[in-house]
Amino acid sequence: MKARTVNTTQIDKLAETDLEEIRNERVTFERTPDMPSEHMILNFGPQHPATHGTLHIVLELDGEKVVGATPHLGYLHTGFEKLGEYRSYNQFVTLTDRMNYLSPLSNNIGYSHAVEKLMDIEITPRCRNIRVALAELSRLADHLLCVGTAALDIGAFTAFLYGFRAREVLYDLFEAVCGTRLTTSYTRVGGLLRDVPDNFAEMARESVEETLTAASEIDRLLTHNRIWRDRTEGVGVLSAEDAVAWGATGPVLRASGVDWDIRKNEPYLGYEGYDFDIPIGRNGDAYDRYLVRMEEIRQSAEIVRQAVENMPSGPVNAEEEHAVLPEKSEVYESMESLIYHFKMTMEGHGPTPPVGEVYAATEAPNGELGFFIVSDGSREPYRIRVRPPSFINFSLFPMLIKGHMLSDVVAILGSLNVIAGELDR
Amino acid sequence: MENQEERQTEGVDPQEPDQGEVTARIRARFVDASVRRGNAVGCESVIAELDSLHPFMTFLRDDPELAFDYLVDVTAVDRLKLDEAIRYAVVYQLYSYKFNRRFSVSVPVPEADPRIESVVSVWPGANWLEREVYDMYGIVFDGHPDLRRILMPDDFGSHPLRKDYPLHGKGERDNFVF
Repeated sequence: MKARTVNTTQIDKLAETDLEEIRNERVTFERTPDMPSEHMILNFGPQHPATHGTLHIVLELDGEKVVGATPHLGYLHTGFEKLGEYRSYNQFVTLTDRMNYLSPLSNNIGYSHAVEKLMDIEITPRCRNIRVALAELSRLADHLLCVGTAALDIGAFTAFLYGFRAREVLYDLFEAVCGTRLTTSYTRVGGLLRDVPDNFAEMARESVEETLTAASEIDRLLTHNRIWRDRTEGVGVLSAEDAVAWGATGPVLRASGVDWDIRKNEPYLGYEGYDFDIPIGRNGDAYDRYLVRMEEIRQSAEIVRQAVENMPSGPVNAEEEHAVLPEKSEVYESMESLIYHFKMTMEGHGPTPPVGEVYAATEAPNGELGFFIVSDGSREPYRIRVRPPSFINFSLFPMLIKGHMLSDVVAILGSLNVIAGELDR
Repeated sequence: MENQEERQTEGVDPQEPDQGEVTARIRARFVDASVRRGNAVGCESVIAELDSLHPFMTFLRDDPELAFDYLVDVTAVDRLKLDEAIRYAVVYQLYSYKFNRRFSVSVPVPEADPRIESVVSVWPGANWLEREVYDMYGIVFDGHPDLRRILMPDDFGSHPLRKDYPLHGKGERDNFVF
């Protein structure tokens, strides 16, 4: 971290340049009239371990108290939305992995869900159960890492290691299913890359056990820990009204006491058939966000068990002519499938939704992950927009940090679970 | 797909007889405004051409029969390559916690002077979303408290999600000073 006091002549010099944007920035510095000698500007990031990626916050400090925060995003901006306009519907799946890289499967599933809604494709029951199981398993992985790193940032190293150990088992499962640990790209329009391996149920149960063990260990380490509670209780309090007005979603919204989860309120993938509860917080502080995530781990574990237990047999790809790729195993054996596969992936072919637009949302670990797709009837989306939960949750940060101490910056950041890849896309 | 043609014709005809509940309520309140049916799949949507956006959005939020208290998303579409008279459209996704209902509003914005009223005073969460639309499309939001670029560098100069902006950029990368 680099600290420097405000040098007004330097700002004036910048303002002399004809760049309007920089001039606008100067306005934000001028807003506090009593600033001159007392306040200090502190750069938090872009290379700070607690930013979990690269993000940059300019903090305005009065002693150790934060009086203002200006986040600067875009360090990981990759232009996925622009690139998506030049990629076919199945190719875009690989880009969704790279947005929230802690739970890439949730992104894959959310995206495919949107395209299927646009094309009116009904996926098979087996595919639905596999997607639910994997979405919940990646929620486990995401929450374990979020809780672990939030504790790490505050100084509790052990909880992080316990979380990582269980996450390793989950990642082994993802590797067995998708072939990769991080860039899963597992879904396809109307189906999946391939069926899950035979020992999937066993692996899923094992990783759920491992996760629950880790969760109870973290629970014993943190929940009644004096230091942890002192650092998180009453920190970054978000009222229910503010949470709704600012559009917060996921654990951040629920910790503020709003009972809303897309899995319950607008069920997709057959979530209405699962027995699980939505944990709600009371105070909307960093501690409640931690508690909500911990309980979600237990509830998601329950969903995984149910999804695996009631796994239907049958194909994983929907039978939709000219929309869904054939099973890969068939491509190697049957001439028909080979030709079909070839044609589907060649330029000028592949899934082509009708003209129209769609917005479809799923409950990702961080909140509402929405995909807005405009189709002009060609094989590439005309416009593809991601509604990233981190982006909207992070916009609350300047409000939440105001009046807190410098050391609370990492506590609040950790509780919002800001993923820079998703933030900047 | 057999319902493809059926869906394609949707939204084109402004005299669509079966208007939804939300659209009916909007039309009853904003009699003079042009409120056409949008072509969103799976939820009710309108294309609204308005003199003033602010009262319209405030109505959507405050009306007890609508209560769209959650602004899900603000984005834009550059319709340069579509058969549309007006180049841009700003699209708002709304949700009502009370009625568990989604709604989408699309507002056309002309190319010559791309300007639209900001809704930050209606939903504070619009702040960063509108900044992103400004950054990517150059659409100016009147009344926004802090309209700066958000993802691209301050001196970038172009608006990359416009359809006439090339995928590989205009050489900005080479001119970038580290």
